[in-house]
Amino acid sequence: MGIVATGEHADSDRRDFLYIATGAVGAVGVALTAWPFISQMNPDASVLALANVDVDLGPIAEGQSVTIKWRGNPVFVRHRTAKEIEEARAVPIDELKDPLARNNNLKESDPATDINRVVGGKEQFLVMMGVCTHLGCVPLGEQGDYGGWYCPCHGSHYDTAGRIRKGPAPENLLVPRYEYISDTKIRIG
Amino acid sequence: MGGHSSYQPKSAFAKWFHERLPIMDLIQGQALDFPTPKNLNYFWTFGGILTMMLGAQLLTGIVLAMHYTPHVTMAFDSIEHIRRDVNYGNIIQKLHANGASMFFLAVYIHIFRGMYYGSYKAPREILWMIGVIILLVMMATAFMGYVLPWGQMSFWGAKVITNLFSAIPFFGDSIVTWLWGGFAVDNPTLNRFYSLHYLLPFVLAGLVGLHIWALHVPGNNNPTGVSVKSGQDTVPFHPYYTMKDAFAIGVFLIVYCLFVFFAPDYMGHPVNYEMADPLKTPAHIVPEWYFLPFYAILRSIDNKLLGVIAMFASILLLLVLPWLDTSRVRSGTYRPVFKQFFWILVLDCLLLGYIGSRVPDNLFWVDTPSHEGGFALTNKLVGQIATLYYFVHFLIILPILGLLETPKPMPASISEAVLAKNKPALPGHKAAVPAE
Ligand code: HEM
Ligand code: FES
Repeated sequence: MGIVATGEHADSDRRDFLYIATGAVGAVGVALTAWPFISQMNPDASVLALANVDVDLGPIAEGQSVTIKWRGNPVFVRHRTAKEIEEARAVPIDELKDPLARNNNLKESDPATDINRVVGGKEQFLVMMGVCTHLGCVPLGEQGDYGGWYCPCHGSHYDTAGRIRKGPAPENLLVPRYEYISDTKIRIG
Repeated sequence: MGGHSSYQPKSAFAKWFHERLPIMDLIQGQALDFPTPKNLNYFWTFGGILTMMLGAQLLTGIVLAMHYTPHVTMAFDSIEHIRRDVNYGNIIQKLHANGASMFFLAVYIHIFRGMYYGSYKAPREILWMIGVIILLVMMATAFMGYVLPWGQMSFWGAKVITNLFSAIPFFGDSIVTWLWGGFAVDNPTLNRFYSLHYLLPFVLAGLVGLHIWALHVPGNNNPTGVSVKSGQDTVPFHPYYTMKDAFAIGVFLIVYCLFVFFAPDYMGHPVNYEMADPLKTPAHIVPEWYFLPFYAILRSIDNKLLGVIAMFASILLLLVLPWLDTSRVRSGTYRPVFKQFFWILVLDCLLLGYIGSRVPDNLFWVDTPSHEGGFALTNKLVGQIATLYYFVHFLIILPILGLLETPKPMPASISEAVLAKNKPALPGHKAAVPAE
């Protein structure tokens, strides 16, 4: 009796082990098979290849804005007036809805001061994504309660540094990675 | 499955076939002989209308797919090509575009019918929940279909709605990039939406099969909400309800055709006749009318994540409706207080729909921009109140009402209710009803 019971026991242990081992290998196999089918939806090589675009700031007069298309999205380049810069600088950080700079050229934790939204020495040129941080509409320039941008979709107001001040958008307009490749030329991306 | 079938194979071939695949038995039992309450009103024809509409969308859609080009440079023109060059393309394209609206019109009537008559209550909870899933899949299908003509509203609707997912903490942005297949709504997005828009209606067809299967286990509810007690209470589905459904479908098709032939753009937006421009958002982005109440809920909350959660919650809430309504009485006919709240909910949903189509910051009554200072009844404020009421109805009123309300006396059976309605009860008349 004892021997038989042990034998049965050993057998069912073996069977449990095989059962779990097979199941585990199967699960890994399913996950590995699923991955290519999920991953194929991510941006493909040709989309990723459209990496950067150059902009000549020379022809943009004070008080003028241009919109450039970069990776399918609008980028705003605004030559700000002295008054606009003044206004943006005067705002205390703790009055901002989003206190972070949202500048891909800086650290994530940098505060949203006016200078952190632009490049030092080139404060007049504000370069940022024309993509509302609420749900992605293109805000309209020189509009809204703060003299900056106004998003018509659900009523978000941005100030003259592109920082969110009022409405449903959670973040300041994103400053993309860009660099000056000459005194008047920038490369976005 | 059979059970209700009186199927007897007549020929030797039919017998041979039946032994191998008893499908004729299934059809006879589920579609012809199926015992159906004899008191169903016209609100019960909408299930049949919906089935017909699903077929109509499949048919017109497959035809459109023969002529449509899913590419950002050609999609817009290919729709015009269908409307101008393809034989009868003009009508087929309009049938499909307006068909979506008619489909939603029917489904909303179908859902409110279920709410009024308590069709979601035991033993029909699974039937109801499959219905809610059908609604979600329908919405996804309609949304992706609307992107295909690649007009301004197509593009910006797609961008705003897919961006809802960016509200998800941590992974939001990666999920949106994954959905788009890029850094903006672009050609990869259009392609995958086309693929899925073709797929989902077939998924719907499968879900509708489950829906009807779940319906045929307990059988139909009916306007009294009283369960079927005997054969007295029912009639065979065919010819009684095949005829009633066919008549209703005919009337529905007339309304549908009135739109298609005389007002094909009534439910659309002129700005969608402008090709998509990723650098310019139209002044007012408005979804199709059937999404407006949900859009109003989204916009009434200033926090992005909470707005998105509220919008999805307003639909997902319906999944647990069978357990939120604590009343054991099914039909609203016998629930005097519930009935009033039901109609308030209907008005609330219509109000949300209206608000969804307006500019949030405008004044409600006159719909002109509000000026600073003092209290102003803006569209947004009205939307917030209506949103709050929507959730209060389901989460507070329904659970409490079921405990407090005294229902009206109910008929003992469907037959009794039918007879009482047709012959005002005379003393002693009841005895004439044969007991079974
Ligand atoms: C493609 C969409 C749909 C189709 C084709 C469809 C089809 C049907 C059909 C043929 C019936 C039986 C006839 C009738 O009672 O009208 C039915 C019943 C029912 N449906 Fe649907 N349905 C759809 C969507 C929905 C949705 C979205 C819901 C709820 C959220 C729902 C809830 C119900 C319920 C509760 C019943 C039982 C009604 C009763 O017996 O009183 N259905 N459906
Ligand atoms: S997308 Fe700009 S406010 Fe909603």
